[in-house]
Amino acid sequence: MSEQLKVPTMAEYMAEGKQPEILFWVGSAGSYDDRAKKITKAFVKILNKANVDFAVLGTEESNTGDLAKRAGNEFLFQMQAVMNIEVLNAYEVKRIVTCDPHSFNCIKNEYPSLGGNYDVVHHTQFIRELISSGRLTLEGNTYKGKRITFHDPCYLGRANSEYEAPRDVLKQTKANLVEMKRNKSTALCCGAGGAQMFKEPEKGDKDINILRTEDALETKPDIIATGCPYCNTMMTDGIKAKGKENEISVMDIAELIANT
Amino acid sequence: MEYLPNILFTIILVLGIGYFVRNIKKLIRNIKLGQEVDVSDNKSERWKNMARIALGQSKMVKRPISGFLHVIVYVGFIIINIEVLEIIIDGLFGTHRIGLKVLPKSVYGFLIGSFEILAVLVLVSVIVFWLRRNVIKIKRFLSSEMKGWPKNDGNIILYFEVVLMCLFLVMNATDTSFQAISSGNIISQFIAPWFEGLSAETLHIVERTAWWLHIVGILIFLNYLYFSKHLHILLAFPNTYFGSLDPKGKVNNLEAVTAEVKLMMDPNADPFAAAPEGTEDEVPAKFGASDVMDLNQVQLLSAYTCTECGRCTSACPANLTGKKLSPRKIMMDTRDRLEEVGKNIDANNGKFKDDGKQLLGDYITNEELWACTTCNACVEECPVSINPLSIILDMRRYLVMEQSAAPMELNNMMTNIENNGAPWPYNQMDRLNWKDE
Repeated sequence: MSEQLKVPTMAEYMAEGKQPEILFWVGSAGSYDDRAKKITKAFVKILNKANVDFAVLGTEESNTGDLAKRAGNEFLFQMQAVMNIEVLNAYEVKRIVTCDPHSFNCIKNEYPSLGGNYDVVHHTQFIRELISSGRLTLEGNTYKGKRITFHDPCYLGRANSEYEAPRDVLKQTKANLVEMKRNKSTALCCGAGGAQMFKEPEKGDKDINILRTEDALETKPDIIATGCPYCNTMMTDGIKAKGKENEISVMDIAELIANT
Repeated sequence: MEYLPNILFTIILVLGIGYFVRNIKKLIRNIKLGQEVDVSDNKSERWKNMARIALGQSKMVKRPISGFLHVIVYVGFIIINIEVLEIIIDGLFGTHRIGLKVLPKSVYGFLIGSFEILAVLVLVSVIVFWLRRNVIKIKRFLSSEMKGWPKNDGNIILYFEVVLMCLFLVMNATDTSFQAISSGNIISQFIAPWFEGLSAETLHIVERTAWWLHIVGILIFLNYLYFSKHLHILLAFPNTYFGSLDPKGKVNNLEAVTAEVKLMMDPNADPFAAAPEGTEDEVPAKFGASDVMDLNQVQLLSAYTCTECGRCTSACPANLTGKKLSPRKIMMDTRDRLEEVGKNIDANNGKFKDDGKQLLGDYITNEELWACTTCNACVEECPVSINPLSIILDMRRYLVMEQSAAPMELNNMMTNIENNGAPWPYNQMDRLNWKDE
């Protein structure tokens, strides 16, 4: 997908004495995880298409510390936060967009009291903004009539009460949006949150991502849409465990929109 | 002898209320064992939350069947208690149905008539509640933490309510003077025929017995609260007032840590400097919570507020997939341990004597704490703004920062973040490689 993505860095902007409209916080998963990198690139494709004046921190970005905080390591979290805030403030960043609801929640809610105050938006909110302001138009019929079910990420939904932005964007694809029985504020977690992504689950009778995949399968979807790189991994694994990977694809909303 | 009932009534009333006040004082003392937390902000928003969530039952009705039945019992409880006011005045001053003397007959009849209808509705609801717990066996009432006392407690409360409602109706049905005015006896007129054939004297004895048992029953119920999960009828109000106003995803930043991190990041700080004058004897801050005294006062209030309905546990992804974690058990354990500490203090002249136990390990295991996905489903579900997740996170903080007792995979993940700014062992300088791949 090296169709000349334009990914300027804050350092480059600074050298030219310019300030971008928005900073794209890529996040650790978006930077290093093979599946999540595709989401990152899809989102950049959208930003390029809509001529958004954005930049990334690149090698100056570091983990938000969110994972460490949820695991109980407040020291490591605050070290990471203070370092990141120093960089963000040095660049006088005002607005941040990210594809990772965990980074979104952490920077939006937990950085302010440590000196980092920014207007933080999730990429589904930003895409909705681009569409409603007319900067991004969706013409294709790629998803017309397709059954799409959206899995709410805990850190976008319950944690920050944003249920509509992803759905508003999905409606623009002309797809047939179907809801799982547990949705929005009652949505079931994919099982990755609270640092679970990085450890084996405790003893139980089922894995959480399997239970959530079963919720999704009940809607007989063609596509399971996600808005979080970790949810994406968990649901993809769930679909594979059910042997449905050839019939059902798990895609981030950024990927769905980039392909429209 | 004429005043004997009045004196007896006064004694029972004073004893009943006195013992209750004594226990409430103990409850407040126990809650104050927790860390102080500033909840003096946003008063108007807090009052609104209390009005909406506790008074308005807004979260109860998210589950329509139990929510609707609960609203009936709740409204019934509050309104029927107006009748208790009359009982207390009658008892103290030896009057009979003082309401009839001060209110027009139609108004009095309307009031008592409404109470009677509500009493029947409460009876029906309570019976459905009992069936849900004991016959239909709804899953959330059968969890392992609900065995023994918690199960009995739930049923005892229902029996209390059945008895109190029946006594109220019987009291009205056997009151011949009340039946004679034919106003307000909407339900009791149908119960009155059951007592036909009894002499006027016997009828009077039945009426008096029902009246006395009713007020004594209410006082016993009042004092039962402190020992029961039923405290929520009082504590739901302060708990929803003090509940968090932040987005659910926001976790507090530990100030003690901020101070240390600032020092570490300060290039001018002298790492070998002696502690400032006067602070040498200060106990270093403990990070996170291993016992109830480390939790904050709102968390302890919440432990007393929890009525063990289990909506949290029934929505918890870890619990749904068979893990040991149950958010309800976290709250029940916190209360049990707090009660244990309180009894320890009572037994040792007001001072806590180390009993070699703590909340972590003796009540809540590491396995439960590490099973949490921090998804906030439990927080979202709670009808009275309890946050079990905040306790889980405070205890994880203790495990990690005081005991370095995180699961090995998490330690690896955190080491990676420390070394190269990502949870995986990738080079920081490769962070932008994706753009050219």
